[in-house]
Amino acid sequence: MSDFDATVFQPEHGDEAPADAKPDSSTEALIASFPAATVEIRSYASSSVTYTAVSLPVGDWVAFAEAAKATGFDTFIDLAAVDHYTEAPRFEVALNLIDMSAKQRLIVSTRVPYDDPTVPSLTNVFAGANFYEREAYDLIGIAFPGHPDLTRILLPDEWDGHPLRKDYSIGAIPVEFKAGSVDL
Amino acid sequence: MTDTTNPTGNDATTDDVESVDSGEAEIVTPAEERLRLHEVWVSGTEERFPFSMSTDEGAQELLPRDQEPALAVQEGTLVDDDYQSTPVVDSGERQIINMGPQHPSTHGVLRLQMELEGETVRRVKPIIGYLHTGMEKTAEVLNYAQGSTNVTRMDYLAPFHNELAYSLAVEQLLGVDLPPRADAIRVLMTELNRVSSHLLWAATMGMDIGALSMMIYGWREREVCLDFFEKTTGLRMNHNYIRPGGVAADLPDGWEDDVTSLIAAVNGGVDEYEELLNENPIFLDRTLGVGVITPEECKQYGVTGPMARASGITWDLRKEMPYCGIDQYEFDVPTGIHGDVHDRYEVRIAEIRESLRIVEQVVETMPTGDYRVQDPKVTPPPRKRIDESMEALIHHFKLFTEGIRVPAGTAYQSVEGPRGEVGCYLVSKGGARPWRMHWRAPSFAAVQALPAMMTDSLVADVVATLASADPVLGDVDR
Repeated sequence: MSDFDATVFQPEHGDEAPADAKPDSSTEALIASFPAATVEIRSYASSSVTYTAVSLPVGDWVAFAEAAKATGFDTFIDLAAVDHYTEAPRFEVALNLIDMSAKQRLIVSTRVPYDDPTVPSLTNVFAGANFYEREAYDLIGIAFPGHPDLTRILLPDEWDGHPLRKDYSIGAIPVEFKAGSVDL
Repeated sequence: MTDTTNPTGNDATTDDVESVDSGEAEIVTPAEERLRLHEVWVSGTEERFPFSMSTDEGAQELLPRDQEPALAVQEGTLVDDDYQSTPVVDSGERQIINMGPQHPSTHGVLRLQMELEGETVRRVKPIIGYLHTGMEKTAEVLNYAQGSTNVTRMDYLAPFHNELAYSLAVEQLLGVDLPPRADAIRVLMTELNRVSSHLLWAATMGMDIGALSMMIYGWREREVCLDFFEKTTGLRMNHNYIRPGGVAADLPDGWEDDVTSLIAAVNGGVDEYEELLNENPIFLDRTLGVGVITPEECKQYGVTGPMARASGITWDLRKEMPYCGIDQYEFDVPTGIHGDVHDRYEVRIAEIRESLRIVEQVVETMPTGDYRVQDPKVTPPPRKRIDESMEALIHHFKLFTEGIRVPAGTAYQSVEGPRGEVGCYLVSKGGARPWRMHWRAPSFAAVQALPAMMTDSLVADVVATLASADPVLGDVDR
């Protein structure tokens, strides 16, 4: 390399992974045992955060969680649901695990379609999935077969619909003017 | 009105009500007609639907007492709550007691449905949602600049940590690097926030288990912290100070003196608490060996922060997955052994001192420079430039009418809050508003783990255990 380094490429956004960023060997072996899984390393220069994001078909969901727990990702952190609305498998469920001894974070996500928004429950693998799956059911409307108590958690039991879906109306308060007539 | 209060005149009452209903013809005013034609916008789509004026709430009136139906049993609960059962005495039989949602020790509106056998708690089910205000849905209609005013209201005792997790997640997607002074100010404010949150916890925890003086002492020292927050951000709570791209304003003049006197005041206060509580036999009786949670249960339920550390898990995101350059400061991570209420007290008191250690180092090493990133896509021009330059005015106007445009992508960023891992799972599809913002709330996991801590304990210990878990219901319900 010459001393002149003006040609060194500076990415505009810091979200490109460094060349040496990769999961450690046990995580690699875990992912390699699921051929249908796709891996993405998300790394952010601004906050020195690196984690492994794996997406896989819903059929591997419970098996992957069990294998990850056996590998060392035994700390349940989070389970999030996303409604992608215009995309073909519409709903995403993302599981967030930590391996405390290896200091690794793993985010596993799967997609399910609108016709059959069903993801097998992880409550038998991680007891902490209980409240999070109830929240995903309550707000996004994803069913988790195998859950011991799949009821609404944040909204009243008689609530209609799942508010965090994109086609759920947020409503509006009509404005009434006291004088004159306004064409709405 | 007089008829309805007459307990013997039921027949006459219903007749009267019916006649009133049928007697009034339905009159639709032009204003109401116009409202019925009003349309609502559906989020995420371009579609509009007619707005329905009907509600399913029915009349907001109390029924006459003899027409009151029996209290509805909540569906699907694990606890089989039979309100109609005859009262039982301590003879091995069980009864259902609801603690909350208005119980003073529940720190908000948490309801614990407990199955009791005498004084012993056999089953617990936390019931939440009384404070749910749909803040994750609200976030989808606010732009990125408005977002931090929303998230700061979630965990209202740790607003800076919410703002920080949100801002870091947005900055991940934007790909901006902050100037060192902005990072240092963020560390300063979040660590002081940890101190103020733990002080409030010490105050309410003391009050819950009978040390009423603690209530006054804890609030006294917390007030010193809030005074500094007010001087810096303009507000005592819900600051909206840490924003995507930096912080809202530089630190006020003379902030070093304020922080130095704050450190002395809080350290002196904590000494007083330890003198009051550490060898207090009543305090020890109420806390030692109470509300134990094992490290395995912590990992299973996602319990993080001081509660996990009190169980012996050495895990602190400030050390393991550092943010804002917090790993360059020297501090220790206090851990406990037993995982009981007393170890949580010890860990939190030690954390106050460690946070003050970090704050001392920040005061010594505060870098000079800008307090926000000078990226025109994120930061508005300085106020005085707007008077001089048409371009600056347009720039300012576009930023505040259209908002910051964030590239499409998914980001997860977590920070170590006073209650554990505060995480923001942010999905952007491009544009000025988040597509989805999911929050990993530490109190949510703590509330979920309450049955593991409370089962087979005494009713009095439930209060101590709940206080030691330090849930903030605004964070649980969002």
